[in-house]
Amino acid sequence: MSFVSVDNIFQSYGMRPILERVSVAVDEGEFVSIVGASGCGKSTFLRLLLAQERPTRGEIRIAGAPPAEEPGLDRGVVFQRYSVFPHLTVRDNIVAGESFRSAWGRFSGAARRAAQARADETLKRIGLDHVADQYPATLSGGMQQRLAIGQALTAKPRVLLLDAPFGALDPGTRLAMHDFLTELREETGMTVFMVTHDLEEGFKLGDRVLVFDKPRWDPTNPEAYGATITYDFDARDGGIPYQRLEEKIHVFGPT
Amino acid sequence: MRLINRQPGVVLRAVLMALPFVAVLVAYAIGSEIRLAENPSDKLLPAPSTIAATAERLFTEADRRSDKILLWHDTAASLMRLAMGVGIAAALATILGLLIGLLPHVRATLAAFVAVVSMIPPLAVLPILFIVFGLGELSKVVLIVVGILPFLIRDLSQRVLEIPREMIVKAETLGASSLVIALRVALPQLLPRLIQSVRLSLGPAWLFLIAAEAIASEVGLGYRIFLVRRFLAMDVILTYVLWITLLAFLMDLALRQLAKRAFPWTEAGL
Repeated sequence: MSFVSVDNIFQSYGMRPILERVSVAVDEGEFVSIVGASGCGKSTFLRLLLAQERPTRGEIRIAGAPPAEEPGLDRGVVFQRYSVFPHLTVRDNIVAGESFRSAWGRFSGAARRAAQARADETLKRIGLDHVADQYPATLSGGMQQRLAIGQALTAKPRVLLLDAPFGALDPGTRLAMHDFLTELREETGMTVFMVTHDLEEGFKLGDRVLVFDKPRWDPTNPEAYGATITYDFDARDGGIPYQRLEEKIHVFGPT
Repeated sequence: MRLINRQPGVVLRAVLMALPFVAVLVAYAIGSEIRLAENPSDKLLPAPSTIAATAERLFTEADRRSDKILLWHDTAASLMRLAMGVGIAAALATILGLLIGLLPHVRATLAAFVAVVSMIPPLAVLPILFIVFGLGELSKVVLIVVGILPFLIRDLSQRVLEIPREMIVKAETLGASSLVIALRVALPQLLPRLIQSVRLSLGPAWLFLIAAEAIASEVGLGYRIFLVRRFLAMDVILTYVLWITLLAFLMDLALRQLAKRAFPWTEAGL
């Protein structure tokens, strides 16, 4: 049994099919990039994984649990925008990752001090300790996304879902964010799904790249059919995973 | 250079700002001068000096019969009614706005109802309020509440609906319950908007207050204005109008400052 199993998903809005026959099995710790043209159901698929929507047919199971009815602690998410709370300081945003699950959404006394200390640890790790007392609006786009990822990871989700998280960032910041995400993954071994518009980014970060496209196309009625996964690339080692073995045999090593 | 790109300098800006005020004062002074030259006992446009003297008397001298300075009593009574009306309306609107904005079931139940109720002209139900709640303080406070509550509820529930869905979903993935989302995500983001909405509804609130006081009251700014109208005491009326304007302006200023101080996170926009 794979960690995340997507079993024959259909999703349509009214009469309009968006996704059809989507099935995929993902192991724990895999990084799955999701690419495809605009309007091909990438974000719909992510919302289904998030349980923000439920599929018309089929089911999604994480770690064998019954299909979720609403977003919960087992799924963490970072959107392109609006992923941090503007009315909380940077530190409180991280603390929220732990405190929101409590009855009143806040800690007091010793629990609060402990959570703040842990938050400061996290902030140091993601390089935001110098702005701990500021509000997110004063941060740059890259810092806000780093905070959003840090906040999502504080809740210790089973699966991390990223919806074009670096789409609004400039190229330099984006590269820095790639390194940041790669580092975090090595530390946590998290299962990640990332929707991206950037093919290169998808192949660089992902272990697998899923391509969404419409396999059937009715020229007189473009909306007649939904999209599905048309390619499932193995993207390890820069997209050529099976040459690793050969390289080791044929390359002259140091004697 | 295009007119839309011309900016006044610092000095000119200050002069331009003062200009309409000065113009109104000068126009009034001239009008009053002309009328008084024709008929020295004219009551319609008393001279500015007469108004100043009246204002001084009203603010400092006690009434001969009751031995109280009436203006301060009127002010205290009116502000009390206004504060209670606006406070109750704001508190109710916050709770209902959150419920309507966050819970689809409450929204389905109440949104259309509030939209229809907000079309009732509050002054038209004033007689009903007087009949039901009597002529005391309660009916005046209720009129203010009835007058501004529908607007506040509609405005605030709309603001709650405008909170990005992403932010709510994010809170859900952090394990927040509906209550926690309401208290820790929606409410804090609603409060700055609440202050803006209250600022906007202060105008109508004053209107309803003065209307209620004019019809049935024994003390209050609106009551006094309508009382002295019978004697054509324009100097008293104008003093009261200026005083009310000043009070309203100061309230608006105070709320604006409060919004700035209490919610520093709104400063940088977002």
